[in-house]
Amino acid sequence: MNLDAALQTFLVESRELLEDMESRLLQTESEAADADTINAIFRAAHTIKGSAGLFGLDDVVKFTHVVESVLDKVRDGNVPLDSNLADIFLESCDQISALVDNVANGNDAPDAALEQKGSGLIDRLNVYLGVAPQAVAVAAPTVVAAPEIERSGIVADTDNWHISLRFGTDVFRNGMDPLAFMRYLRTLGEIVAVSTISDALPAFDAFDAESCYLGFEINFKSDVDKAAIEGVFEFVREDARITILSPRSCIADYIELIRNLPEEEMLLGDILIKCGTLSEQELNVGLNAQAELAEEISLPLGSILIGNGAVQADVVEAAVEKQQQVKDAKNKQQRLIRIDADKLDHLIGLIGELVIAGAGANLIAKRSAISEMLEAGELMGNLIEEVRDTALSIRMVQIGETFSRFQRVVRDVSKEIGKDIGLIINGAETELDKTVVEKIGDPLMHLVRNSMDHGIEKAEVRAERGKPLQGTIELNAFHDSGSIVIEVSDDGGGLNKDRILSKAIEKGIVPANHNLSDPEIYKLIFAAGFSTAEQVTNLSGRGVGMDVVRQNIEALRGTISIASEMGVGSTMSIRLPLTLAIIDGFLVQVGRSAFVIPLDMVVECIELNTNDRDQEQLRNYINLRGEVLPYIRLREFFEIGKESEIDGRFDGRENIVVVRYAGVKVGIVVDTLHGEFQTVIKPMGKIFSHIRGIGGSTILATGEVALIIDIRSLIEKVQANEPQPLQLLNE
Amino acid sequence: MGSSKKKEAATRLTLEGELTIYMAAELKEKLAAALQAELPLEIDLSQIGEIDTAGMQLLLLAKRECVARNKSIEFLAPSQAVLDGWQLCNLSAEFGVQTDAAG
Repeated sequence: MNLDAALQTFLVESRELLEDMESRLLQTESEAADADTINAIFRAAHTIKGSAGLFGLDDVVKFTHVVESVLDKVRDGNVPLDSNLADIFLESCDQISALVDNVANGNDAPDAALEQKGSGLIDRLNVYLGVAPQAVAVAAPTVVAAPEIERSGIVADTDNWHISLRFGTDVFRNGMDPLAFMRYLRTLGEIVAVSTISDALPAFDAFDAESCYLGFEINFKSDVDKAAIEGVFEFVREDARITILSPRSCIADYIELIRNLPEEEMLLGDILIKCGTLSEQELNVGLNAQAELAEEISLPLGSILIGNGAVQADVVEAAVEKQQQVKDAKNKQQRLIRIDADKLDHLIGLIGELVIAGAGANLIAKRSAISEMLEAGELMGNLIEEVRDTALSIRMVQIGETFSRFQRVVRDVSKEIGKDIGLIINGAETELDKTVVEKIGDPLMHLVRNSMDHGIEKAEVRAERGKPLQGTIELNAFHDSGSIVIEVSDDGGGLNKDRILSKAIEKGIVPANHNLSDPEIYKLIFAAGFSTAEQVTNLSGRGVGMDVVRQNIEALRGTISIASEMGVGSTMSIRLPLTLAIIDGFLVQVGRSAFVIPLDMVVECIELNTNDRDQEQLRNYINLRGEVLPYIRLREFFEIGKESEIDGRFDGRENIVVVRYAGVKVGIVVDTLHGEFQTVIKPMGKIFSHIRGIGGSTILATGEVALIIDIRSLIEKVQANEPQPLQLLNE
Repeated sequence: MGSSKKKEAATRLTLEGELTIYMAAELKEKLAAALQAELPLEIDLSQIGEIDTAGMQLLLLAKRECVARNKSIEFLAPSQAVLDGWQLCNLSAEFGVQTDAAG
């Protein structure tokens, strides 16, 4: 693939324009479409077509042209933008996007499937143009850029075909003689009039006797169909620009033909008149309509100057427009820089080392007890912290972009499954690591589709239950103690616990004599091979999706939980770590071992008083201001107690660090609290991956290693040991 | 036939056989030489047995060059093959043939 820079710019811009087009189309559905919005949609299509024309991307031009023509009608108020049309436009966006991607992939022509989809869409679009499908100029493998044409419904008053031929220079060398085709054409009907176009003949010296420079405009009277005429030129199809207009085509089609051909418009217009294809009046009507349109949208490229110099003017305008595009693109580029992710990772790695080195320097400064040194060290420390935060924030992106993709998904799927569903987005500005954003898209897609498919009830059911007929899906994102939480909620029927259970038992996922809590039962839907859908739709119900969702989220070190209420709705919460390479930690000590607790999970620190300690053999919870706080002893958990006592460093005082994760509060009993500490996370080697409770390691300023506590797994451990509430009461 | 001279001083180019792609390059050279002369150009087409698009555009080129150089050009006694070709392309008038002469 060897695309030049300009083409790359075109690709990027086209995608941006398509996104803009899509979001505006969606906007027209939620609110009444105002003129500005429709104009913007039209301009997007127009610009894509124009730019594609400059690059000779004929497939893009051909398709976009039709879209643009319909949009033009919408703009003029001749065609209302109803939801059906919006549908077609959205699909057209996809099609253009696919065509552009096709170009990006370095393919010359769209594959058959894409082509077929395109022609299907064109047929649907043509309905709005009042054009019989076959009247559109097609079959030309080399249709060049055509600035906008108004497809006025006026048709030419001719019963004859019009055939326009321009032969490639290599036709002779390929062993073909255009005159022979003409002779053959004569056998199919009557050549009423023909004009030989010799404008392409070069200067005498440049003339290559073995190249073809001729073209023909033919007025042809025949009863055969278009395919038969195309058949005549079958062998030369690759080597020529062939346009066949059926009798009584739209004048706009003729005008388009004129615009598409390299010769001057005036001359060609005259030729069409001479051929008897168009009357002078028809030609004027067509050209004027175009000129008006061009004026109206003040696009010089489209302005038509009838007369000499028209082509030159166009060329100038095209160049100006192109320059403008390049300038705009440059402005954008100046604001955004693309960086190799590896470079960024390297930078963050270096900053990690800097943090450690800085801490080491600070320690030395403290030991030296030189106040100036300490001051300098402190300043350094602040700067390092700022550099760290800035570097990390480079990787952070807002989740909004990911969320907004779902507007389209929800819209399309709701149409497909015949449910009226709206989407509400909250917390779009919530930031999280880019890699996480990239990977969360698919799981979210599954969850949203699942909610739409299984969650939201059919309109009749909703009416029965006294709910608003329109179902609602809500996407929500927020930060919560060191994690980002992404919620997918629906106001549907909620999960059917009994059905999930019976299905799980039937599939042998759980034994019949299970002892599962509600959340555990809900979680069964994430088990491999589980699907309760009675009816398999093309969205979900195949029992693969949810399983994959769980795996994907777990791969991101995240968790997923479900809250659900029958008849009211359900909420799937994905909780993900922010995956930062450096965190603010809270340094604690047990015996001689140092541990780091992620600071943003720490709620408070309290001393474990003697009363509670005395009871420690009986229970592992304390009364925290009237609240039951289960706790875990790091000493016991990591089995370090005894060694420390032998060491004699255990002074008998213990502290509890209260941490919260996912709404659960637990206490972690440690010996000493050291306070905040900038922690550079060093991942644990693979062989330690099975160790529960440890999330990574870090290096202290002294060069010692501290383990970073994985609060999530620790809490799970505590919860497993937690006495049941009933027992608690009995005690 | 080919010898009929309309003007006393003229460059006469007599083309023979096929006026087709196979001869086109060679014919262009001949034409180039003929165009060098100051004299009006006469092209004798009576001996042309076959003409194709390459030949046709060569004639068009000759005509255009002469017009550009303000030199008169005449196509003499076109053969039936040439007349047919001209008619097919609607170029008879261009080459100074009455339309009915083609028939």
